[in-house]
Amino acid sequence: MKRIEAVNDFVVKFANVNGSGSASANELFARAFLRMGIPVSPRNIFPSNIQGLPTWYEVRVTERGWLGRRGGVDLMVAMNPQTWEQDLREIEPGGYLFYDNTRLVAHHRLREDIHVIGMPLTGICNASYSNPRERQLFKNIICLGALAGMIGIEPQVIVALIAEQYKGKERLLEPNVQALHLGLNHAASHLENAMGLRAQRANGVGKRIFMEGNAAVALGAVYGGATVCAWYPITPSSSVAEAFQKYCSRYRVDQESGEHRFAIVQAEDELASIGMVLGAGWNGARAFTATSGPGVSLMAEFVGLAYFAEIPAVIVDVQRGGPSTGMPTRTQQSDLTSCAYLSHGDTKHVLLLPQDPHECFAMMADALDLAERLQTPVFLLTDLDIGMNHRLCEPLQWEEGRQYDRGKVMTAEMLDEGEVFGRYLDVDGDGIPFRTYPGTHESRGAYFTRGTSKNAYAVYSEAGADYRYNMERLNRKHDFARTLVPQPIVRPSTSPSDCGVLYFGSTAASMDEALEALAGQGVHLDACRIRAFPFPEAVARFVEQHRKVFVVEQNRDAQMKCLLVNEAGVAPHKLVSILHYDGTPITARFITAAIARAIGETAQPPNQARDLELAPAPDPAPDPALDPALNPAPRAVRKPARREKAA
Amino acid sequence: MTYLAKPKLHHPSLQTNAVGYTRRDYEGKVSTLCAGCGHDSISAAIIEACWELSIQPHRLAKLSGIGCSSKTPDYFLGNSHGFNTVHGRMPSVLTGANLANRELLFLGVSGDGDSASIGLGQFAHVMRRGVNMLYILENNGVYGLTKGQFSATADPGSKAKRGMVNSDAAIDTVSLAILMGASFVGRSFSGDKAQLVPLIKAGLAHRGAAFIDVISPCVAFNNHDGSTKSYDYIREHNEAVNRLDFWPSREAIRVDDARAEVMELTQHDGSVLRLRRIRPEFDPGDRVRAMNQILEHAARGEVLTGLLYLDAEAEDLHAHLSTDRRPLNRLEADELCPGKIALERINASLR
Repeated sequence: MKRIEAVNDFVVKFANVNGSGSASANELFARAFLRMGIPVSPRNIFPSNIQGLPTWYEVRVTERGWLGRRGGVDLMVAMNPQTWEQDLREIEPGGYLFYDNTRLVAHHRLREDIHVIGMPLTGICNASYSNPRERQLFKNIICLGALAGMIGIEPQVIVALIAEQYKGKERLLEPNVQALHLGLNHAASHLENAMGLRAQRANGVGKRIFMEGNAAVALGAVYGGATVCAWYPITPSSSVAEAFQKYCSRYRVDQESGEHRFAIVQAEDELASIGMVLGAGWNGARAFTATSGPGVSLMAEFVGLAYFAEIPAVIVDVQRGGPSTGMPTRTQQSDLTSCAYLSHGDTKHVLLLPQDPHECFAMMADALDLAERLQTPVFLLTDLDIGMNHRLCEPLQWEEGRQYDRGKVMTAEMLDEGEVFGRYLDVDGDGIPFRTYPGTHESRGAYFTRGTSKNAYAVYSEAGADYRYNMERLNRKHDFARTLVPQPIVRPSTSPSDCGVLYFGSTAASMDEALEALAGQGVHLDACRIRAFPFPEAVARFVEQHRKVFVVEQNRDAQMKCLLVNEAGVAPHKLVSILHYDGTPITARFITAAIARAIGETAQPPNQARDLELAPAPDPAPDPALDPALNPAPRAVRKPARREKAA
Repeated sequence: MTYLAKPKLHHPSLQTNAVGYTRRDYEGKVSTLCAGCGHDSISAAIIEACWELSIQPHRLAKLSGIGCSSKTPDYFLGNSHGFNTVHGRMPSVLTGANLANRELLFLGVSGDGDSASIGLGQFAHVMRRGVNMLYILENNGVYGLTKGQFSATADPGSKAKRGMVNSDAAIDTVSLAILMGASFVGRSFSGDKAQLVPLIKAGLAHRGAAFIDVISPCVAFNNHDGSTKSYDYIREHNEAVNRLDFWPSREAIRVDDARAEVMELTQHDGSVLRLRRIRPEFDPGDRVRAMNQILEHAARGEVLTGLLYLDAEAEDLHAHLSTDRRPLNRLEADELCPGKIALERINASLR
């Protein structure tokens, strides 16, 4: 039988029951590789549930540093009888099943083409511990010990990680280390040479950090000077506000007085959270909210007010599968058009599109500057994949002495000097007027903010000319925004190419890998990563310079393509959509196969070339996340890379 | 509405208050509401109260929702920043504004359509958070701007101008405010300036969530026989529980009737509330009794007015959140940003 042999390049998946205490042991497993200098990319695959339903933790071990989801599983740690059948199906031929064989499993419930490694986990646990709670918790650690022993993870690395975890609670360290050794010893004495997957100390991590995007957003809000956070819990965004609370408690509490240089309100709903953000923004404080698609829908009316009355606000949308409640614990990039045009009437908003936690941090701080500079709502669009998973990324950066850009704020001194104040008056052509904070001056600069139309001096007016003045000025302002937002990153291919690919956000990790795989197949593409809307000119230029441009996105309706056609004036026939929307993170395998297929089709005579919407094949399995059919796996793509490493 | 523009020049003999302002300095634009609208009387009472309290107009921010009542902040305090938000959601905007700068006074103006229907949730939550504000609800039981539909405060059995009879139960905003945790709750009548002005003054001076429901008959759609919020109905059914006079610390106003019993309540800012008890047994400090009184009078078909509930020791949202004593909107990077060295430490902890 074939046996997958790989060093520092494989996928391990843990199948657990939600609430069984497996999460921290799983995370220790992932972190141990990092400490050995081997990049990993872990992902939580979880249901909308607290306890009892299946949950998975997938760890991609990747010395090359490919941080996208690979698809397929080389080692399944199957600890959940509920999902046994589907977990087994996912294992690659020649791969490994690790399971608790305290109770016998009928032979017909196993597979012939995989290597089955049994260990009496429950038996060992019951013999060593009498307390049911200890049995449950230490079972996870014993399992970790056995895996470490088989794979060759250095035990002292795990011990160090456990010690860090229990800093201040040292009495918990010893029993955990004992449990770890129970597993290690069992592996050494019973499971020698059972496993072809090996960890080997490497130098692939460097200075990079390992962090969740939501935490990075929160830290960006702290660094960017947000003082008011109003929010309403919704998966997958809740940990943004919770992390903001954590970081503020650490960095924004006065040592002597105990006073807080921040205010966080858990609002009654998203209607109220965005209302509070607007109130604070109107009154000169930097404010933000974090939500997901359903929350964005609820905020629509207020966001229109903020656009029209020109109030700074930052809205973090950690996207999940829609529409409606959709797939609340799965990832998607499907709020692009709803955020870009949110609200009734003619509205357009600024969107920032970070690729990883490093950019989540930087762009959150930028968003707070942009919102005040432009006096408008700014959306930071992340997604569940980067928001709720630890991702290896470049260290966070901050320029010492950086000041906040508060935009055009007229002060009491300026008013005293006789500056003309027109709240909606364009004074220098960029479309951005001056504003005053309430309470600035005893007799000048007060104005009435309203969602109704008004003239340049904020006086109620339904005159067509006044309305048009403001609407056209808002357009000018939006146009000006394209010069302020993060510019796209263009990466030319190594060989000249007349085809390009546009992508954004969390797709970046898989895109990097796909580009290399495609180059290996002789398909060379120039790549352009879009980082913001409105699109900087470089985006349209990129499309102009290519005969064909693939647009890779994680939604059904080609929302980025719609925005490109609508707003960047690019020719629709040039754009070929590569769409992934089953709720799992897009993989390099998917992108590679889809683009290779499309290149084959577009190689036809030009008059037959047409817009191709490439979607995955219909899904026969109950859970798309588990169906390898949805992640077409051209072995040719992965295999050569693997041999390279083993050599 | 009146089409007469207000003259810009002030008579030199106009009386000024402690901060040097005349009453005219507290006025706003000309009202566009119907002539005789109760809301304009409330605006006049707000102007009078702010003048008497010697509030600097620019130190007060006025916020409202959508509707006739919510248009009124444009008609008073023209030197104050104002914000006409969206329907029913003034409370959240006011909460955010209050968090940004705790040094300003916040006046929320709303109507019954705004607060008791779409805004009922925000109404309840702004009270339970103890946002430091005065929330005035101009209550006429009817939707004026959309021409006469019932609101959720309309009494069952009341008849609309077009003859429809309301069968839904009425929401009593004062009981709701007390239940939700407002620490100052009053009710008055737009036509009773003597009662309303001192109530507004006390509400503005109160630290915490202050709420006044002001019955304000709609002359266009709800001032006919069959309405329970018409001028005549209210005059006949109004039962005042107390009269109050308000002493800001720098200036005292004498009570006109010295014979009545007087109760003094000292508030956080040192100002003293003097409650003139028309009904000596009524104690606004007792929450349970306040609810009982409101319900008992309602059962008798009477509208209880006056200061119905007061917790003079209340704390506000800033106290709950332990926010900095300085306005958050004044803090800059040196106080908010942990800096590069801290970030390097954070990076190190994430490896």
